[in-house]
Amino acid sequence: MIELRSLRKVFGDTVALEEIDLSVPAGEIHGIVGRSGAGKSTLIRCLTGLERPSSGTVSIDEVDITDQSGSGLREARRSIGMVFQHVNLLDSRTALHNVAHPLQIAGVSKSERLAKARELLEIVGLGDRADNYPAQLSGGQKQRVGIARALAAEPKVLLCDEPTSALDATTTDQILGLIRSLRDRLGITVLIITHEMSVIREICDSVTLLADGRVAKTGKLAEVISEPGSTLAKDLVPLPPIGLDDKGTAEGSESGAVRLVEVSLAGTSLPDVLTRAQSVGVGADAILAGAVETIEGRQVGRIRFTVGSAAASKELITALEADGIYAEVAA
Amino acid sequence: MNDPMWFDNPAITQQMLPATIETLLMTLWSTGLAVLIGLPLGIWLFTSSKGGLKARPVLYRVLSIIVDITRSIPFIILIIALIPFARFVVGSALGWQATVVSLTIGAIPFYARLVENSLREVSEGKVEAALMMGASNGQVVRQVYVPEAKPGLIGAATVTSVTLVSYTAMAGAVGGGGLGALAISYGYQRYQADTMIACIIVLVLIVTLIQFIGDRIARAVDHR
Repeated sequence: MIELRSLRKVFGDTVALEEIDLSVPAGEIHGIVGRSGAGKSTLIRCLTGLERPSSGTVSIDEVDITDQSGSGLREARRSIGMVFQHVNLLDSRTALHNVAHPLQIAGVSKSERLAKARELLEIVGLGDRADNYPAQLSGGQKQRVGIARALAAEPKVLLCDEPTSALDATTTDQILGLIRSLRDRLGITVLIITHEMSVIREICDSVTLLADGRVAKTGKLAEVISEPGSTLAKDLVPLPPIGLDDKGTAEGSESGAVRLVEVSLAGTSLPDVLTRAQSVGVGADAILAGAVETIEGRQVGRIRFTVGSAAASKELITALEADGIYAEVAA
Repeated sequence: MNDPMWFDNPAITQQMLPATIETLLMTLWSTGLAVLIGLPLGIWLFTSSKGGLKARPVLYRVLSIIVDITRSIPFIILIIALIPFARFVVGSALGWQATVVSLTIGAIPFYARLVENSLREVSEGKVEAALMMGASNGQVVRQVYVPEAKPGLIGAATVTSVTLVSYTAMAGAVGGGGLGALAISYGYQRYQADTMIACIIVLVLIVTLIQFIGDRIARAVDHR
């Protein structure tokens, strides 16, 4: 549905995007993560035709939008629904008329577009708020209206630019739940740009990590997240902060007495790891921290053990690796 | 010397009402016409400015200079300079109708600049959202810029209108009619302090009323 081919964007001497290849099949929710300055904003502006790439192509549903301009581009944009971080609703319009706006632009008759807008507000759970102005709605409600508006022209692709970055945790979960249910219900393809790893973990089927304007990693979420030792995986399932100094490194690094061993839960499960660790004398009480998620029915995540000596850590790692479990001495 | 004062003064009892009506007519007509012409001009200024929907720097410079020149000419001089033009438009250089011509021309650039500034207040995100929906530039202006800036545009019209009230008084000095003419010919030239004070009171009331109505309308259309 979305195809990017060797996309490149240069601003003067700075290369903002380089060699971006990306393919998102219909009905999938794809996440793009990266730190600020990684090129996320430029990418989204290229996708919407607000910025013209220096080279390469962007096609949405087989239509190359890079060689469209004027009315052709305006037409192509209607196949993309866009959800913004700051929602960008018009303060002068009620929720209903905001949702109907894309249809007004497309020249749909008033009664038809208002009926459609009413239906969409029902879908996003704001049927009773149709006549409210944005100023009368909460942040989460505004974003729901924003999503309903993005869907009004029945786009094939929903492009979400940091849709939850301005929302609190509970509202974020509700909005992400809504996006997922819309995908399930309408079969729409979703591209979410975010800096929040939790968003990716929550709803994405596949993910692309952007770093310095390049694709650093891309793939199915379950694969990326369970790839042993990868930094993206570590970012996606972060360990809770641990006070290393009081237990680990302070004395450990000098005498070599205490070591941290990090085990990756890839292609295995928590009980398996614990059983194997037990067999070399490392009990569950040696767990310092852990983060485990269930993604597509599989447990993924990492566990950190503290072990008494370098020899013991080697023994643990060898034992785990014999079972195909990835483990390493933690930095 | 014992001239009749206040409510015995014919300048007040007989001329005050028609002069007030003339001032109101001048203000309303010139505000209406200035908004009618100044709004599109302001939009044109704004859209052709840097970062506008259709940036045309040279055109913007030219429009900008014309607007600034008109705005910097003292109004009393503008009226005199426009006497031939006013005569051409309304057939006479005297009377309130002729004054409306000068007032309108003086107020158009003033209002256009205020329009430009009001439109600049509309957040870029809203415009980008509309462009993403496939809106044309005309649709963005009609459906985003103007409705979103409406409270500001009404506020600008109020300010213009109040300024025009004081301009009508100035126009009285050169045969423009209205309360200004009354205040000058009786209050000033015939030393009738009561007429002068009465004119000032009525002018203050008119300005207060315009401001009150303008604020009410602006608040009614403001949904922020």
